[in-house]
Amino acid sequence: MAQTQRPLSPHLQIYKWQVQMVTSILHRATGIALAVGTLIVVWGLVALAAGEDAFNQFKVCAGSPIGIILLIGWTWSFFFHLCNGVRHLVQDAGAGYTIVQFVRSSWASVIVSLLLTLIVWGYVLSAGGAA
Amino acid sequence: MSANAKDLRHPLKRARGLGAAQYGVGHWWTQRTTAVALVLLGIWFVVLVLGLLHGDYATARAAVARPWNAVLLVALLISMFWHAVLGLQVVIEDYVHTRWKELTLLVVIKFIAVLCVLAGTLAVLRIALGA
Repeated sequence: MAQTQRPLSPHLQIYKWQVQMVTSILHRATGIALAVGTLIVVWGLVALAAGEDAFNQFKVCAGSPIGIILLIGWTWSFFFHLCNGVRHLVQDAGAGYTIVQFVRSSWASVIVSLLLTLIVWGYVLSAGGAA
Repeated sequence: MSANAKDLRHPLKRARGLGAAQYGVGHWWTQRTTAVALVLLGIWFVVLVLGLLHGDYATARAAVARPWNAVLLVALLISMFWHAVLGLQVVIEDYVHTRWKELTLLVVIKFIAVLCVLAGTLAVLRIALGA
């Protein structure tokens, strides 16, 4: 960023919003969120190894209102990154590159990830609360 | 690629295929390989956690202690943190433009990831070996 005199490429606000842009940005955002979420997995495992008191403490934190909101966020982040990641793997293999397919698979990532989140949390909450 | 008279690179440089940064496509391939592993391990992990939702402490411990679960959990820890480091690396390289801050962050995320993998793996082993 040393040189600021050169012309800049158009930034986000120049473009008309399209679903492919949204999924691309969300892929990175959910990836960062999930990188933070990995720490919860380690916390859970370490607490489980440390003993019942430590694990109960983990369960109380995870089951608190803030814990549940974060867990729902991580669940959707996981499913979105999963669906969109599979979409990217398919594209890496050279398939699905027409504009129509691109738009359609972007919407599929969004919709399927929301559905999977609903199914998981429907199961969790209907079976009597988290943790 | 024909032997171009204007190509000033040594033929060995091209044969090694490692490019200007000396990493070649190693980053790209490892990100995709861990992604495929995480599609399988991630879905398995969600199903495992959902199954343990209403079990008590002893049930959760017994589940982690089962040999296949212990193996897959360690595999999940390694591929998850590896994939996270590769992803965060790209994000840091894209947005952090001060060289020393960039380098510091790149090293810090690797330290955190290695410590988390070791802590998580030790926890799984303690449970699996009944310590």
